[in-house]
Amino acid sequence: MQPVTGPRQAQFDLFVVPAIFVIFLFLGFAVAAQTHDPLMAIQAWTFMAGIGIALAFFVKRYSEGVPADDTGAYANDIIKAGVIASMFWGIAGMLVGVVIALQLSFPHLFYFPDIPESSFGRLRPLHTSAVIFAFGGNVLIATSFYVVQRTSKARLAGGLWPWFVFWGYQIFILVAGTGYLIGVTQSREYAEPEWYADLWLTLVWVAYLLVFLGTLWKRKEPHIYVANWFYLAFIVTIAMLHIVNNLAMPVSWLGIKSYSLFAGVQDALTQWWYGHNAVGFFLTAGFLAIMYYFIPKQAERPVYSYRLSIIHFWSLIFIYIWAGPHHLHYTALPVWAQTLGMTFSIRLWMPSWGGMINGLMTLSGAWDKLRTDPVLRMLVVSVAFYGMSTFEGPVMSIKAVNALSHYTDWTIGHVHSGALGWVGFVSFGALYCLTPWLWRRERLYSLALVEWHFWIATIGIVFYITAMWVSGIMQGLMWRAYNDFGFLEYSFVETVEAMHPYYIIRALGGLLYLSGAIIMAYNLYRTARGDVRVGEPLALKPQLAAA
Amino acid sequence: MFNHGTLERHSLLLVAGILIVVAIGGIVEIAPLFYLESTIEKVQGMRPYTPLELAGRKIYMREGCYLCHSQMVRPLRDEVERYGHYSLAAESIYDHPFQWGSKRTGPDLARVGAKYSDEWHRAHLVDPRSVVPESVMPPYKFLAATPLSFDDVAGDLKANRMVGVPYSDDMVANAKADLIAQATPDDEGQDAFKKRYAKAEARDFDGDPKRITEMDALVAYLQMLGTLVDFKTYQADAPENRR
Repeated sequence: MQPVTGPRQAQFDLFVVPAIFVIFLFLGFAVAAQTHDPLMAIQAWTFMAGIGIALAFFVKRYSEGVPADDTGAYANDIIKAGVIASMFWGIAGMLVGVVIALQLSFPHLFYFPDIPESSFGRLRPLHTSAVIFAFGGNVLIATSFYVVQRTSKARLAGGLWPWFVFWGYQIFILVAGTGYLIGVTQSREYAEPEWYADLWLTLVWVAYLLVFLGTLWKRKEPHIYVANWFYLAFIVTIAMLHIVNNLAMPVSWLGIKSYSLFAGVQDALTQWWYGHNAVGFFLTAGFLAIMYYFIPKQAERPVYSYRLSIIHFWSLIFIYIWAGPHHLHYTALPVWAQTLGMTFSIRLWMPSWGGMINGLMTLSGAWDKLRTDPVLRMLVVSVAFYGMSTFEGPVMSIKAVNALSHYTDWTIGHVHSGALGWVGFVSFGALYCLTPWLWRRERLYSLALVEWHFWIATIGIVFYITAMWVSGIMQGLMWRAYNDFGFLEYSFVETVEAMHPYYIIRALGGLLYLSGAIIMAYNLYRTARGDVRVGEPLALKPQLAAA
Repeated sequence: MFNHGTLERHSLLLVAGILIVVAIGGIVEIAPLFYLESTIEKVQGMRPYTPLELAGRKIYMREGCYLCHSQMVRPLRDEVERYGHYSLAAESIYDHPFQWGSKRTGPDLARVGAKYSDEWHRAHLVDPRSVVPESVMPPYKFLAATPLSFDDVAGDLKANRMVGVPYSDDMVANAKADLIAQATPDDEGQDAFKKRYAKAEARDFDGDPKRITEMDALVAYLQMLGTLVDFKTYQADAPENRR
């Protein structure tokens, strides 16, 4: 099959995709002009500004004719854009994380009573959404576009549509993120954006699925590579979760506010079915796809076991979906649902470690590279962190453990060992691989800086998660402590006071992790420019061939 | 004999397989909650939120209170002693969405209603460390200075009715008047309001009789949390309520 993106196809898309943006520009303008809701007006203008940026990009890109990248064997520019966006949102999201950690450490210094936008309650969703959806999402979109082309030996399908996905997604982030600051939220954790942003994301996501599938349909390899199974599961399942969990009734078509279709206990389980599988399919399946492509590539070894890949894939996606109720242990959720959720959460340990083993054992015969290749080390350590968090998770899902850990910082520590150690490191590893490949450089600007990044970030993670383990378990124990007279030993605020030192250590850990990411951004920038740090050998190994 | 290679060669079969496999867990776990009668206890006293409480709840969500405060007391000895009777599913039947929360950076609020004075809430919201020196809560000084926007409050009731909250036509038609009545003690709509919303408290929650602010709404909401169900008539040990 020939690639569908001939010059004629490109010209057609050149008209269609910007035209869709222009239609939405008018829609945004109509809403801004009609609405009586000041927050909706701000959201509409923000949306229009995002579309304006996207349109300006198209004008700049095509003002001097169709760029060579549009007709090449592979679309590379869009992945370059994804690398830049990932780095940008990653640093922004981590910075907000450090700010809110400091707010809890030093409330006297970091709260501003006259600026509602600066309060913890509004910044916290900004942090979680920025790191999960803006950073993680851009990494997933960029790597999936890269991997599906290479493993299919086909150019990305859909002409300009991948750019619609890219810009549509950035616009979603912009509208959602600024919305949190001005107080627009559904108050569903990790699904905070309101109904209109959800509709927009649905449109973008369908386009994403079609671009991905369209590329698979053009493939010149008979088999779909294992990484693409995981990407597909991620895209399809996130669509299902997103649509069901965001079912809501808007108060007005011109207002921000909507009310969830479900209430109370049904709403709670729907939300945590979504919430836990945002972890399972966004932060796990998607990033496992990265593991299945980038670790074999960087280690120059085949995936350890094909059969284990199959078992890993189907058991992981089947079992993950059931794990939601462990977020609701001992709540008003019926006990049968809690027990079911706990049982499947414990079982989840097996496919998780199956995947970890498949990733780690891929290094068979190449373990020596861990010593010389810091990028590979980052990828491998990410898998080790994955193994650690996916062991901790099933332990915490046991009701007796959960009675202690739930509502405490232990959960926050658990999330971050997965987020910083697994998702962060595997993403960093992939971005360190992609940058020299895409910009066609011999090697990274500096491997020494990768070493620095690795160690600073690792120490940051250790600070973060140990502080949260101690503060979480300590607080859980203090809440349930009784004195000799049979009364509760501690008031609530005494437990808050006791956590103060650990909050400071946590903020320090976050700051270290952020510093590592800034070093990385600098390193990638110099790499893209084509610089090589003085004193480092030009060719460490024949890496360019991999691209 | 089934061969996995078939799925690897046909992308749509793979997509269909994924969809089937990921749909099962949700269907088995969530769907029964909508029809199993034992899911929600039979209790006395639940009523929909008053317009002012609903407006307060919107502010609670807007400010992300749920990120640090749960509204779900677990049936554990220390929690029941610290916060009161464990939470029932029946207590959140009108909560679109639920506010059970997932983290207690601050204490649980499921039963905070009527535990502190309005004055305490005001002082605490304006400057938490003025009443609890060790607190890490953000200050919400602006609530007292921001007039509540409630011209469209009937729309909120209507939307809630569309998703199943039993607001009567009467309640929707008088939403705005009821909101004013609840925040204004000497308002003439007082009796009609109290007839529509059993056990609702009407008073000047923000200590500023001249106007209705966001502080009025939020304090009204906090002061009713967990107070509706009549635990004198609720028998936790009755067979139909055993969980």
